[in-house]
Amino acid sequence: MTLLSVTNLGVHTDAGNPLVHDLSFDLAAGARLGLIGESGSGKSVTSLAVTGLLGAGLAATGSVLLDGVQVVGAAERRLVPLRGRVASVVFQEPLTALDPLMRIGRQVAEPIARHRGLRGTALRAAVAEALAEVSLDEARIGQAFPHEISGGQRQRAAIAIALGSRPQLLIADEPTTALDVTVQAQILRLLDDLVDARGMALLFISHDLAVVSAMTREVIVLSSGVAVERGTIDRVLSAPEHPYTAQLVHSARGLDDMLGTR
Amino acid sequence: MSAVLIAPADVAGARRNRSWTLLAGLVLVGAVLLVALLSLVWLPYAPADTTGTRLEAPGGTHWLGTDKLGRDLVTQLMIGARIALVVGLGSVAIGAILGITIGLTAAFAVSWLDDTISAALDVVIAFPVLLLAMLIVAAQGASLGSVIVAIGLAMSAVVARLTRVLTKRVLGEQFVTAARTSGTRWPGIVVRHILPNIWPTLSVNLALQFGVAVLAEASLSYLGLGAPPPNASWGRLLQEAQGTVITAPVGAIAPGVALIMLVIGVNFIADGLRDVADPARKGSR
Repeated sequence: MTLLSVTNLGVHTDAGNPLVHDLSFDLAAGARLGLIGESGSGKSVTSLAVTGLLGAGLAATGSVLLDGVQVVGAAERRLVPLRGRVASVVFQEPLTALDPLMRIGRQVAEPIARHRGLRGTALRAAVAEALAEVSLDEARIGQAFPHEISGGQRQRAAIAIALGSRPQLLIADEPTTALDVTVQAQILRLLDDLVDARGMALLFISHDLAVVSAMTREVIVLSSGVAVERGTIDRVLSAPEHPYTAQLVHSARGLDDMLGTR
Repeated sequence: MSAVLIAPADVAGARRNRSWTLLAGLVLVGAVLLVALLSLVWLPYAPADTTGTRLEAPGGTHWLGTDKLGRDLVTQLMIGARIALVVGLGSVAIGAILGITIGLTAAFAVSWLDDTISAALDVVIAFPVLLLAMLIVAAQGASLGSVIVAIGLAMSAVVARLTRVLTKRVLGEQFVTAARTSGTRWPGIVVRHILPNIWPTLSVNLALQFGVAVLAEASLSYLGLGAPPPNASWGRLLQEAQGTVITAPVGAIAPGVALIMLVIGVNFIADGLRDVADPARKGSR
C-alpha cells in the first residue's frame, strides 16, 4: 500500500489565492521523493497540508491519504494519531522549531515517551540513544537549552526529535538551508544514513538542486504551486522539459560556475 | 550547565545585575513578611489597647508613638503588614487564575468569541481599578474578603489581556507547529510549551500587579472602603493620621514608608524574576 497518496491537492488562502494547484504524487513505504522549487512555490505549504497542519487562513482541497487516512478536512483527533507515528517533519530553521525554554533532552524525550510509552530510566536510556544516533552527547547537549548549542547541533537535535516517534515517513522541509555548507553535508549524510537504516520513506523539500540530488532519485519541480515537471533527478538535470526547470538548472549551473566550485 | 557555549563574562555580568535587584527585593519583602509572621505570635501591645497617651511621640514605651486613640503604632503597623500581604497574595491568586484561564480561552477561541472576550476585557480595563473595586465593595459590603475579590477581579482583566496576546504570539511560533507534527495534543502544548513560554513575562506582570494590589487596598482603606476598623490596614492608618499629620507626622510617615518598602521590594523582585525565569536572556545579555 502506498504510505502517502496525494491526489489533486490544492491549497488556497481564505481570500481565494491559490498556493498549490492540482498536485498529485504517491510515495510508497521506504521510497524517496524530492520537491524542488524556489521560495514561494508552495513546497512548505504542501508539507504542512500533508500533516494537516495548515495555519489559520489556509484551506486544502483534493485528497491526501496518509497511511490510508484522509487528511484533507479531517478533525484534529483523527490527525493526532498520524503525527509522529506515521509522519514526522524536520523544519528549515531549528532555532525556531525548538522550544527556547525547554532543555534539549526533554524535547527529545517527549515524542519517545508519547509514542513508545517509555518512562524513567528506560526513557533516559532511549533519549541518550536517540541523541547518540545523531552524534550528540546526552550529558552535554541533553542539558542545554537550544540557544546554547550550534545551528548544526540544533538541527541534529530536531532530527532526533522527529525520529524519536519512529515514523514511517520523514518530511524534511529545507533541513539544511539555515546551515553553513560544511554542516549541510554532515546533516545530509546523517539524514541519508538514518532514513536508509530505518527503511523510512522520505519527502525531501528544497530549492537547492545539488542538495536534492544528493538525497533522492525521483523529483517533482514546483513552480507557483503547480508541478511543472517530474522524473528522475538525472533526467531533470540533463534534459529539462519545462522552461522553468531549464531556467532553474541553468541558474544553478551559473552559480556553481561563478563560485568556481564542483 | 558547565558546558554551555556562552561567554562567561556576560553571564557573570547578568548574574550580578540580577542578584542585585532580586536580592534587594527579597530583603525588603522578606522584612515585611517576617514582621507579618511575627505579628501572628507576638505584638508589643494588644491591637485594641488604648492605654497609651494620645498621639505620644516615639520613645521607649511606644517605639513609634501612638495614634489619636492612644494605640501603639508599631502594633498597628505589624497587623497592617499581615493585611497587605494577604491582600496582595489573595488578589494576585484570583487575578492570575481567572486571568490566565480567560486569556487562554480567548486565544484559542473562534474569532467571534475571541472578539467578544477582548471587547469585554477592554471595557473592564477602561474602568479605573479603584472605581471597579468601589462598585464591588459597595455591592458586597466592606470586608477584607470583598476587597481581595474586587482587586483580584479588576486585575484578572489585565492579566487576561496579556495572557491572550502572549499566547497568540507563542501559537504563531514554529516550535508549536513542530510539537504538533510530533503528535502533541493541544492540552500538552498548553502545559509544556505555551505556559512556560508566557510565564517569564506573565510572572513579572503578576509581581507588579502584587504591588498595584497593595496600593489599591491602601487607597480603598484610605477612602474608608477597605477592611472595617479592627483591621489596621496601612491605608487606614494613613487616613486616620491625616488630621494630625502636622502635629504627629510619624503616624502618617510610618505606614507610608512601610507601603513604599513593600511595593518597591515587589517591583525589584519582578525585575529580578524576568531574568531568572527566562534562560534565553541569560545568554543574550
